[in-house]
Amino acid sequence: MAALESPQPGTPTAMRNAFGNVLSVLILVLIGVLAFSIRLFSVIKYESVIHEFDPYFNYRVTQFLSKNGIYEFWNWFDDRTWYPLGRVIGGTVYPGLTLTAGTIWWVLNSLNIPLSVETVCVFTAPVFSAFASWATYLLTKEVKGSGAGLAAAALLAMVPSYISRSVAGSYDNEAVAIFALIFTFYLYIKTLNTGSLFYATLNALAYFYMVCSWGGYTFIINLIPMHVLLCIVTGRYSPRLYIAYAPLVVLGTLLAALVPVVGFNAVLTSEHFASFLVFIIIHVVALVYYIKGILSPKMFKVAVTLVVSIGMVVCFIVVAILVALVASSPTGGWSGRSLSLLDPTYASKYIPIIASVSEHQPPTWPSYFMDINVLAFLVPAGIIACFSPLSDASSFVVLYIVMSVYFSGVMVRLMLVLAPAACIMSGIALSQAFDVFTGSIKYQLGASSNSTDDAEDNTSTNNAPKDDASAGKTDKGEEIVKERSSKKGKKKEREPADKPSVKSKIKKKALVLPLEASIVALLLLIMLGAFYVIHCVWAAAEAYSAPSIVLTSQSRDGLHVFDDFRESYAWLSHNTDVDDKVASWWDYGYQTTAMANRTVIVDNNTWNNTHIATVGTAMSSSEKAAWEIFNSLDVKYVLVVFGGLIGYPSDDINKFLWMVRIGGGVFPHIKEADYLRDGQYRIDSEATPTMLNCLMYKLSYYRFVKTDGKGYDRVRRTEIGKKNFKLTHFEEVFTSHHWMVRIYKLKPPRNRIRGRTKKLKSKTSSGLSSKSVKKNPWI
Amino acid sequence: MKQSSVVDLLLLLLAITLLATPAFSDLVLSKVERRIDVTSQIARVTKTLKVVNSGSESISEFILTFPKFLGNNLAYLSVSHSEGKGKSKRTLVNLSVREADSKGIPDSISVYSVALPTPLSKGDTLTLEVVAAFPNVLQPFPEKITQGEIHLVMLQESAQYLSPYAVESQSLSIKLPNARIESYTKLENTKLQGSELKYGPYKNLQSYSYSPIVVHFESKAAFAVAEKLVREIEVSHWGNVQVTEHYNVVHRGAQLRGEFSRLDFQARPNPRGASAFRHLLARLPPRAHSIYYRDDIGNISTSEMQSDSKKTELLIEPRFPLFGGWKTFFTIGYGLPLSDFLFASEGKRFLNISFGSPILDLVTEKLIVQVVLPEGSKDISVATPFAVKQSQEIKYSHLDIAGRPVVVLEKNNVVPDHNQHVQVYYKFSNINLLSEPLMLISGFFILFITCIIYTRADFSISKSSPTYLAKLQWDEVLATLQEVQSIIQKCLATHDKLEASLRDLSRTGDIQTCKAARKSTDSLLKDFSKELKPLLGFLQSSPIASHISPKVEELVAKEKELEEKLMAKHTTVVEGYEKKSSGRDIENRIASQQQKITALRQEIEDLLEFIDEI
Repeated sequence: MAALESPQPGTPTAMRNAFGNVLSVLILVLIGVLAFSIRLFSVIKYESVIHEFDPYFNYRVTQFLSKNGIYEFWNWFDDRTWYPLGRVIGGTVYPGLTLTAGTIWWVLNSLNIPLSVETVCVFTAPVFSAFASWATYLLTKEVKGSGAGLAAAALLAMVPSYISRSVAGSYDNEAVAIFALIFTFYLYIKTLNTGSLFYATLNALAYFYMVCSWGGYTFIINLIPMHVLLCIVTGRYSPRLYIAYAPLVVLGTLLAALVPVVGFNAVLTSEHFASFLVFIIIHVVALVYYIKGILSPKMFKVAVTLVVSIGMVVCFIVVAILVALVASSPTGGWSGRSLSLLDPTYASKYIPIIASVSEHQPPTWPSYFMDINVLAFLVPAGIIACFSPLSDASSFVVLYIVMSVYFSGVMVRLMLVLAPAACIMSGIALSQAFDVFTGSIKYQLGASSNSTDDAEDNTSTNNAPKDDASAGKTDKGEEIVKERSSKKGKKKEREPADKPSVKSKIKKKALVLPLEASIVALLLLIMLGAFYVIHCVWAAAEAYSAPSIVLTSQSRDGLHVFDDFRESYAWLSHNTDVDDKVASWWDYGYQTTAMANRTVIVDNNTWNNTHIATVGTAMSSSEKAAWEIFNSLDVKYVLVVFGGLIGYPSDDINKFLWMVRIGGGVFPHIKEADYLRDGQYRIDSEATPTMLNCLMYKLSYYRFVKTDGKGYDRVRRTEIGKKNFKLTHFEEVFTSHHWMVRIYKLKPPRNRIRGRTKKLKSKTSSGLSSKSVKKNPWI
Repeated sequence: MKQSSVVDLLLLLLAITLLATPAFSDLVLSKVERRIDVTSQIARVTKTLKVVNSGSESISEFILTFPKFLGNNLAYLSVSHSEGKGKSKRTLVNLSVREADSKGIPDSISVYSVALPTPLSKGDTLTLEVVAAFPNVLQPFPEKITQGEIHLVMLQESAQYLSPYAVESQSLSIKLPNARIESYTKLENTKLQGSELKYGPYKNLQSYSYSPIVVHFESKAAFAVAEKLVREIEVSHWGNVQVTEHYNVVHRGAQLRGEFSRLDFQARPNPRGASAFRHLLARLPPRAHSIYYRDDIGNISTSEMQSDSKKTELLIEPRFPLFGGWKTFFTIGYGLPLSDFLFASEGKRFLNISFGSPILDLVTEKLIVQVVLPEGSKDISVATPFAVKQSQEIKYSHLDIAGRPVVVLEKNNVVPDHNQHVQVYYKFSNINLLSEPLMLISGFFILFITCIIYTRADFSISKSSPTYLAKLQWDEVLATLQEVQSIIQKCLATHDKLEASLRDLSRTGDIQTCKAARKSTDSLLKDFSKELKPLLGFLQSSPIASHISPKVEELVAKEKELEEKLMAKHTTVVEGYEKKSSGRDIENRIASQQQKITALRQEIEDLLEFIDEI
């Protein structure tokens, strides 16, 4: 398209434009390739496999979708999880990712390209990161021109924060959601710049895709109203703003309500109220501008007083209604995760299950350096560049970065939202800096090479930087004039004129720096970029590509692989009955259902706190009590993860305090203090008897002492407290090669009554059987 | 199982005692040597039978019998007779028991009839070599063991050769694994030499003589049974045969009772868990490449490969050790060079590839071999050395349109003895090879063509709609603008020339050439302004360009001004030179003009840039 617009191919500018277009397309393709290939480290270093926990669930849903079709998918009631409650998958998942991968799979297979669902799922994230970097290019191009766009796209293609969520195999919602987020923002800015209803509609559709993909869509539906409000307050209201916003709210809300997991939440929860409020405000403002246009100034003043007074009343009523609505809904209409965004301490105070997830914790400073690296230093420069001159688009990205910095400070996970903003800002900063430096070098070089020539000639032929300088000045002047006039909103003529002015803002500033200084600065910038690239490649290769279901360690003999998780899931899947129930801490729920295909009690979708608390209570109770809880839940196998033998730190013993806390939150007889000795969590001989007798301890350390004679735990770096004990109600059925996963079977009831009278025996056994029958009416 | 087989034995004995009439008595087995190999999970029986026709009629059929409990498990039977010329194998004919009944053979005996190569006339002798393989006849006893116990199995056989014919001399040797022997039936002439157990020789036995023996011994062999094995062999004429094998393996030995303790299993120096097997050895064809080993949930990292020019050995370790009754699933895949397996004969091609699994000592209960031939193969036929169930399917793979023909071969109870070559014959022309690349090329070609057409052609539906007309006008305006631009650019270039001439003047002092240059530029500029006029007129008249035309006018005006200024400067300089005034003087005089020129030039370039962006 760009090639078409360019003038006749004969003229040099035309040639330069055409060449520039081809070059930028080429660069974009290369950026896409880069974004894709930097995420393949996980496949090359490990294998093409789904990573971590949530992706296994998404993978399982995609398998279901590809097998049974879309209608079955919407109606899917999953009885293999949350036993005996089950879970309505179709109504509780964000379907965007699954539908995307399912569609890709379907298209490929209908073209007879036989890729497995797994392969499609593994490579969805890298493909979408390429899309995301292109979307970043578009967005930044709208803000500061294509130079900045290309820089931002290149930065985004390899920003570690985003890589951490989108390596090949990391098949999670964020993988497509970041693309959707950036693309929605791009379309919003595009609409804002053009005032085209076409783009406004596309924007609503992109927003719909975002709603489908990720719960983070609330970020969009709050950020855009904030920007609109900002524009109105700073007197930048224009019909374009109205076109950019009003259709988005109307269409977007309607579309969002179509997604089952959102449904009426799109109008009922307070996360969405800001958009409606601003929707009202923008109408009021539009009305004011309209009235101002048709009335004489005198009449207008009268009208203003009238409208303001009525408006106040209306506003008051609306606010009152909102407050009433918010107050009437539980948790004040805010979901827990969103509340913890506004009040960072909320979760740790009230919802241990949210606080127990490490990615819901506030980040530390090093994690900023790790995740966005040098971008952190470039962002301020980018913000400054956005203010000279400030346009609607650049004010949006400034607002975006400010908000995302705040949110990333609340939750590590939201670093992901910060990353694109940081990339855009840094892209702008880098491109502006390069412009200034190369511009001054060009000027200086030109000056020095032609210094033998006449001074006149010099000024007349080599005046490019000065040209730019004056261009910048005049543009600025024009800009100011335009802003003023657009405030008045009188002439339509401004609109076409506005666009080029936005574009010409890219033009360099009137800075001419000394040659040496600019060369040094350029070299420094290039070094900075090189450092960033090196860091990103390192992060992609070393830090973020481990699939976490298979661990490796480098030893003297070479690479050692710890494939214990899959070993035990494979064992479960082939050597237990297909309807057996497996209890484990919720972290392993998704993997157990996806890899072992066994019914689990709780999983990573932590929707029922009580159920999780039941499992937590069982794990922290004594063997007998635990047996009873598990038996009442129809559990046949209990799975624990134990890292003490090989030093795998994220095992169940280290998570155990959360089980106690969550269990104790619902069942008060579990008290955290019972498991702590002087406020310290320990498992050595100083540990409390409650701790040493709880099920988790026993299942983890059963016969552990026999491995080395002492029972030295390599994670806790201590000898365990209770060494020789027997299990009475459980029996070991499987332990993986490195002891990382241990699976126990509940002994049948008759085995547990020893040395009692026969009478008691018959009584208890009959009592038990009737009890178990009673407790499982769901079978 | 054991109970029932004992009952079988009793029935058999009963039947034999009842059987009075020697129906097949014309033949006599002068010498029978039997060797039973039980070192693996399969009991492999090798018999050498010397047959003598003692009757008067020539006989063309020989009857082989097995006790029923063995015959039911017979997986492989091959009879060959060795004469001076060498070996020639005959196809085997299964006789049903019912048929045998009519001939007076009891129920508890499985009967197989062998058609002799030439009818055996009176007094002739013939030596037959019989090889039979029986999976599942080694019964684990006890049937359930704990992790620490050793794996004991039991073999039941008859010390005397069960045959409808009289046997003059027979001997039996059983090769046991080199391990503990719990017990064995002691008859006369029983010898245990090392791990070899010998019964006999026994002389002059009647037909249907039978004396049951039971051997109870420890077996360290892997009782690996593939409940189902699907082998997919995909032929690509680009030079590769891709083999993918899906195994559902189970340990059919004594079942594990009680706990599995990893501690005991890994204990040094006395690991407990001898009954489990940790790995399987697959012997792949030589030059096998791109080998992988995985299951549903990803790669299995525990495998080793060794290869030399004769074979490729792949040692695979399942994810977990397999105890009795435990199951697992895995997939092996490898590529083979096409030239080693595909040959041509009589205008047809044929694929010559082994039928069974490459894993050693693996019994396959249900084997499905799918040979995927390239798209466009015709006249497919299969030659197998034994009977298999055949069918055909269609498979759609990479960019197929018609699909690839798939030959499906199915067989139950496959033992390693079935690892013989099968031939799949088909016709295929090499032109078909090109179809998919051509399809891809044409696909991309069409894509690009459509792109080109889309961008070049006009697809608006209504040619009279105002927006369309406006667009057309706008295009025209743009075209005019470009022309204007190019003319202005040319003007500027001429200005540069003029400046250059001035520079030359300052260097050489040649006034005449400078004047000449002035003249030529004058005429050029006039031409340009002429050319500009109609364009300007068009822009002014066009309503759609109303907001541009002032700019363009400004541009042209500025250009005119610049021209004038430049001319003035030129005149001053030339005059200065004519008057021979000093360079500094001239410079002073034109300094103000020069400033204006620079400013104007800049303005023009700004305007140009602005127009450029429209």
